Amino acid sequence: MKDSLIDIKNLVKHFDISGGLLEQLAVSKGRVIRKRTVVRAVNDVSLFVNPGETLSVVGESGCGKSTLARTLLGLYPPNGGEIYYRGERIDGLTQHEMLPYRAKMQMIFQDPYASLNPRMTVQQTLEEPVVFHNPSISGSEVKDRVAGVMQQVGVDPTWVDRYPHEFSGGQRQRISIARALMVDPEFVVADEPVSALDVSVQAQILNLLMDAQEQRGLTYLFITHDLSVVRHISSRVAVMYLGRVCELAPTTNLFESPRHPYTRALLSAIPDLYDRRHKYIKLKGEVPTPIDLPPGCVFNGRCPHADGRCSREIPALVHQGSEIYVACHAVEEGRI
Amino acid sequence: MGHLLEVKDLEVKFALRMGDLTAINGVSFTLDRGERLGLVGESGAGKSVTGFAIINLISKPGYISGGSVIFDDRDLTGLTGEGMRHIRGNLISMIFQDPMMTLNPVLTIGTQMVETLQAHMNISRKDAEHIALEKLRMVQIPSPEKRLQQYPHEFSGGMRQRIVVAIALLADPALIIADEPTTALDVTIQAEIMELLLELCKSEGTGLILITHDLAVVSQVTQKIAVMYAGKIVEAGLTEDIIDNPLHPYTQGLIKALPDGRNPGTRLNQIPGVMPSLIDIPPGCSFHPRCTIRGDICRYESPALREIPGYRNMAACHMLGLKKEPTEKDRAE
Amino acid sequence: MKQWKRFKDSYFLHSFKHDRVAIASFVVLLTLILLSILAPAIAPHNPYDTSSIDIMDAEIPPSWMEEGNPDFILGTDIQGRDLLSTMLYGMRLSVMIGCGAVALQAIIGIFIGMISGYMGGKVDAFLMRIADVQLSFSTLMVAIMISAIFQVAFGVGRYEELAVPLLVLIIGLAEWPQYARTVRASVLGEKNKEYVEAARVIGLSSRRIRWRHILPNTMSPVLVISTIQVANAVMSEAALSFLGLGMPVTKPSLGSLINSGFEYIFSGSWWITLFPGILLVVFVLVINLLGDWLRDVLNPKLYKG
Repeated sequence: MKDSLIDIKNLVKHFDISGGLLEQLAVSKGRVIRKRTVVRAVNDVSLFVNPGETLSVVGESGCGKSTLARTLLGLYPPNGGEIYYRGERIDGLTQHEMLPYRAKMQMIFQDPYASLNPRMTVQQTLEEPVVFHNPSISGSEVKDRVAGVMQQVGVDPTWVDRYPHEFSGGQRQRISIARALMVDPEFVVADEPVSALDVSVQAQILNLLMDAQEQRGLTYLFITHDLSVVRHISSRVAVMYLGRVCELAPTTNLFESPRHPYTRALLSAIPDLYDRRHKYIKLKGEVPTPIDLPPGCVFNGRCPHADGRCSREIPALVHQGSEIYVACHAVEEGRI
Repeated sequence: MGHLLEVKDLEVKFALRMGDLTAINGVSFTLDRGERLGLVGESGAGKSVTGFAIINLISKPGYISGGSVIFDDRDLTGLTGEGMRHIRGNLISMIFQDPMMTLNPVLTIGTQMVETLQAHMNISRKDAEHIALEKLRMVQIPSPEKRLQQYPHEFSGGMRQRIVVAIALLADPALIIADEPTTALDVTIQAEIMELLLELCKSEGTGLILITHDLAVVSQVTQKIAVMYAGKIVEAGLTEDIIDNPLHPYTQGLIKALPDGRNPGTRLNQIPGVMPSLIDIPPGCSFHPRCTIRGDICRYESPALREIPGYRNMAACHMLGLKKEPTEKDRAE
Repeated sequence: MKQWKRFKDSYFLHSFKHDRVAIASFVVLLTLILLSILAPAIAPHNPYDTSSIDIMDAEIPPSWMEEGNPDFILGTDIQGRDLLSTMLYGMRLSVMIGCGAVALQAIIGIFIGMISGYMGGKVDAFLMRIADVQLSFSTLMVAIMISAIFQVAFGVGRYEELAVPLLVLIIGLAEWPQYARTVRASVLGEKNKEYVEAARVIGLSSRRIRWRHILPNTMSPVLVISTIQVANAVMSEAALSFLGLGMPVTKPSLGSLINSGFEYIFSGSWWITLFPGILLVVFVLVINLLGDWLRDVLNPKLYKG
């Protein structure tokens, strides 16, 4: 995509958990074979993120959204595909070559208890990224920046010398956000930033994220399983299932007229506060694991509309008009 | 016949080195046979502790310091270990959040189910297995005969939680207490499990206390709701009344804080501050520091749960009913 | 100033003040260590000064018994050295060897454990196999091998001069796998935590992440096993000396005193073995008690934070 901030093309990420040679050996049909166990977390994903927007990636456990986020940020080397930042290729760079991008791309994590180093004070946690990327910065300037960002995220700046365990879950999440903002990034990946928080705290943190986006012109990639949050804050949504993107569409389109059968089932399963006799679409069968992917469309075992083609051929993500992309044979053929 | 369960002024304290902290401060509610109640609140409100207190599973340093739990005309708080054992798993079952923690990983499903039955009734292994199969079919587990021989790790998360529901139903209990049963599950599985629980409670006439922070889930399954805050019930009533017409400022704040997709991109309603921890519960009404309609009396007198004139809900608030509060419906019109 | 205030308010200090066993053990330990440091100043005699030792003074019983000599409070050993002075100097040697050996074990073990845990894969497998091999050699075998080689190569005289560093080396090398395994287990747990991922997203080098971020979070179990390892090291040295592979006769540690006195128990000179034995037991006991208390205090399940 032209002018996109992030461009992901055909990204593949697998984890080989076969173990050592001894663990791989197994007996099958009277012969000794080598069993490989590969978790196919991300399979041929293509996405783009426009500057200033919030793209949410949703899906249930095992869909690969967290792996996608981490591969995007270079925490895992991809097995295939390309990643571009403002048109420049960033996968496969050395640690040294990645440094300038690291200041532009940051991440916020899910668990407010594990995302801060328990042995470092707030001051130490927040100043480290700044000092690392700006070695010539003066001590007083760092202190001012730290105090400034703490204020922005709503944590009392006089608490800089405290340790994480002295703060509540919501406050720790604010400090995590502060850490990400310290280097003045352009792009922030938020991996389930509010899932571990109570409803009232969740509202505070979401508001904070929206404020920060407005004030700093940030672009967000929001990973979550909570569709109501998605509806509230995203401009576009990508729905993932077992390592593939099923549907990618602007938020209103996705929620008002979902096309992919999985998206429809997913949306119908969200309990609605006011519609209390709500019926949901039942999916048959069990969720396959990313280790044992079915042939053809990953959803074909559970899809109410699957036919022969679906069990043989993997559907491609096809543009249906108005920025809506769907990977489904039935939609493409006009069956549904 | 009286209520199936009547909890009256229940108090639970924790004896810590800095003194006794009150986790539950006078909780009262009733449940009739086959009725479904949602106990809703954020973390730290005391809803799980309430659930555990009902079946006397509070372990040291916690203890029940007051009140009564009358189940089928018997006060459970007075029962000893042996007496309680007869109740638990038999007349009252409990379902927990994480099935991997509830199911013993080294025993087959069959063994765990048979063991549960044999603990409560004099029954042969064969008969117990028969009942186990029946329950597995009730929770729609395919090929149950094969499943009895399998271990928990051989099932997916959703299947495991179904098995946990099946175990809870083994002795045909009169009441099931479910503590966050679907919080750890994906939303599509959550929908299946909640529907299953709802159908089974309806068909078997089993009472249900659903403990959760998720108001939306509660709205689909329960008939009554009690909202808890800092160890007290602040509002109680019929599900539709609580959701469509919440009276207590906390309940209102909670509902407004939920992103509902109707006003995307706007700032969500925040309740300022956080729920107080057990150590610093404010005097008077425990919600008053965060409340938008507080008055002077709220600072030093704790409000009791009472009927609010003109409404069906009960709420613990001094300021309600003094002047007629504009409701959600009024404001929307 | 801030650190001191934080320490004063901490749970650590609070728990200590309330645990009488911990306080008593700490006091005793501190006394023993002080005595050993001040040995040259407070010992009535200098047991290493061969000119002051008279073989005619050998095997004098403690001063409160008949035949005792007020000059030698606890009696003398088989060489005529004052037992109390020799014990104080011996305690000093035991403390030095104990702490020195543990320091060596810790340095080697922490380094290997960290690299092994963080890098995983083949590096981990290789290093842990080396640790396994090391563990299969008992301290005794390592001692015999190294002492024998050294004595053959450099002569017995040199051996006596370098006995202390040699023992530190032997015991340090024999036991580093304990530290390596402990640290490796901690590192495996910590390296997947999100604060480590955050550090990588910032762009920090692996080296910085290992030593600045992960290491401080592995220190709790290291502290706990250190107390036990000091006790073990002292015991190992005592055992080696008992077997004649440790400290030489001219510079006895508590262990060698116990050893040399052992043959003389039946001839009636029980004090040569008993008093050093009691001192050794007390020393090891208070270290273990403190170690127990430390383990409970640092247990994350009991102590939130």
